[in-house]
Amino acid sequence: MNIVVAIKHVPSTTDELELNEDGTNLDFDEIDFLLNEFDEHAIEQAVLLKEAAGGEVTVIGVDVIEELDGVLHTALAKGADKAAKIVGDIEPPVSSHTQAKWLADAIAEMNPDLVLTGVQAVDDLDGQIGPMLAAYLDLPYVGVVTGVSSQNGSVLAHKEFAGGVMAEYEVTLPAVLGIQAAEKPPRYAPISKIRQMAKSAEIEEFEVDEDFEYEGCELRKMAKPESAGHAEMIEGDPEEVAEKIIAILEERGLL
Amino acid sequence: MDAGLDKVEGILEKEVAIVDGIDISGPWNRMFEQRVIWDYTPELIEKVASLPGAESFAWCYQCAKCVPVCPVDQVGDYGPRKLYRMAQTGVDLLNHDALWLCTTCRNCVRVCKKVVDMVKIMPAAREQAVLNGFVPEELQTAFENTAKYGNPLGQSQRKRAAWTKKSDVPVPIMKDVKRAEVLWYVGSYPSYHPRGIDASLAAARIFNALNVDFAILGREEKDDGDSQRLAGELGLFEMLAEHNIKVFEKYDWDLMVVTGPHEYNAFKKEYKERFGFDRPIQHYTQFLADRLDQLKPMLKHEIPLKVTFHDPCYLGRHHGEYDAPRALLQAIPGLELVEMGRCRENGYCCGGGGGGMWLDSFTINHTTMRLSERRVLEAVAYGADVLAVSCPFEVSRFEDAAKSTGNDQLKVLDILELLDMSMRGVGLAA
Repeated sequence: MNIVVAIKHVPSTTDELELNEDGTNLDFDEIDFLLNEFDEHAIEQAVLLKEAAGGEVTVIGVDVIEELDGVLHTALAKGADKAAKIVGDIEPPVSSHTQAKWLADAIAEMNPDLVLTGVQAVDDLDGQIGPMLAAYLDLPYVGVVTGVSSQNGSVLAHKEFAGGVMAEYEVTLPAVLGIQAAEKPPRYAPISKIRQMAKSAEIEEFEVDEDFEYEGCELRKMAKPESAGHAEMIEGDPEEVAEKIIAILEERGLL
Repeated sequence: MDAGLDKVEGILEKEVAIVDGIDISGPWNRMFEQRVIWDYTPELIEKVASLPGAESFAWCYQCAKCVPVCPVDQVGDYGPRKLYRMAQTGVDLLNHDALWLCTTCRNCVRVCKKVVDMVKIMPAAREQAVLNGFVPEELQTAFENTAKYGNPLGQSQRKRAAWTKKSDVPVPIMKDVKRAEVLWYVGSYPSYHPRGIDASLAAARIFNALNVDFAILGREEKDDGDSQRLAGELGLFEMLAEHNIKVFEKYDWDLMVVTGPHEYNAFKKEYKERFGFDRPIQHYTQFLADRLDQLKPMLKHEIPLKVTFHDPCYLGRHHGEYDAPRALLQAIPGLELVEMGRCRENGYCCGGGGGGMWLDSFTINHTTMRLSERRVLEAVAYGADVLAVSCPFEVSRFEDAAKSTGNDQLKVLDILELLDMSMRGVGLAA
């Protein structure tokens, strides 16, 4: 099976997020990027599928800040066979809609049987890459998938719905799946293997389609959340604190 | 099997044994035969011993001197001799939980007549396990955090110097000053862990009081990586070492002072042997003990408490420094230093070394109590009010252990904090 995993490099939320001067987006010079957590699961699911049913895994992403190589080397160390990136005159932010178009252009050339991608990402949080990829490639899409197994000419996708409802879809290939979680936690890639890949691996490059312009929502303003209230710290020894808590609960009619 | 040997109840003995012309045939004649060991194959021992660095694993002759000094055996069933025996009887260590229990405290090597060196065997065997994909989950998270953020706690690299904002004295950054007599390598836990930061703030005050011309690396500093190496991540260690050495060499300084014994071992031994980084380095206890004449008159306030000192494995056994921390403690007026039974060369391990810091919930499934808990009970048995430490791994480990064993009265303080208290007379409320 020829599996392609579409991934996304997203801002790290470990750092305190800084806004740019006009408050229209993040200050991308002050932010580190990481692989989207759901994409880590998509990569793991792809490698699990390959291990179970054979095939080849290609990982591809848009090189938004020209630091995607490390992510691709890690994917190769985990068991992916090929890596590719979309390069060109790219400035962050790149919306998930635009990324989907660029990814679809490249993936179409790869003739995949199955395209996996994280079901959503921490930046846009709209979960659109998967469905848009499917639309551009004219393929079926199933999202919120938590497990995939291979059958003859199709895959069985385990999907989660709200309220704890589960479903199993038999999906005819080729298809696009949005991965919520792989069947197993993402494996560890030893740094020595990653470094080996950094020395030896070749990353295929695709040029961006500069003519494509996304005509969708425009982000007008971004602001840090304002604190609307505060927590009251109750001082004193445990007895006093307990009495004060009881008084507060009684005052609010909760006791 | 040799001719003339009978197998009786699984044991080989000679049908007829004649020694110096005297017939001593009988069931006890097996005393004169070699130990019967050919029921076992050496394959699984070789599997470990064939790894570069792990050769000495095969030298064990089962004398068992290592077992009573092994800190893990005190709280469980473990010991280097037992690992050899396990491999001999069919256990593949590279795929067994016992692989992750050693803290590389070095007490076994101290007593081993055959110099079976677990400090070298463990990283070699674990590296192979990591490459095969066998890593306890908790440890994997620490590896990933270190690779992504430069520290095992998963905190922001950019905020590595954020603690200095709490300092009431200046803490210069190398990037700004370019040159300082002393490069203070702060370390991950003293930069991010709340109790580690307490010690860092104390160190900053002490250095300022002593007029030390010092600077830190701030966000350019990354974890030393040595404990990750001992836990099997050699590649991660190399990546961090390359980064750190590049940063060290960017600036002009005469002496490096480190907060932690693990960093001391990393830079003084491993960075030197593997990367040729050869510069003067001191642990802070050595640096301050050298300036005791200047420091002592500043220790004005009495600390009338019974204090016991926990020797960090990587300062004591690994580098032979036992006196500097004690000299500092004894310089504090009113302080009574009591030694625990297991001190100095035979000091007990806190459980944090060799990756143990990130295997707590894994190890506890294989031991009756944490090593840190065992140590806290010992400190309490010697009547100590304070358990003094000089390794950033230890404060949080022992404070947790004091709570979990119901010994909240035992205070755990870094020597830096005790010195700072004696200088300023604050924080002494007993």
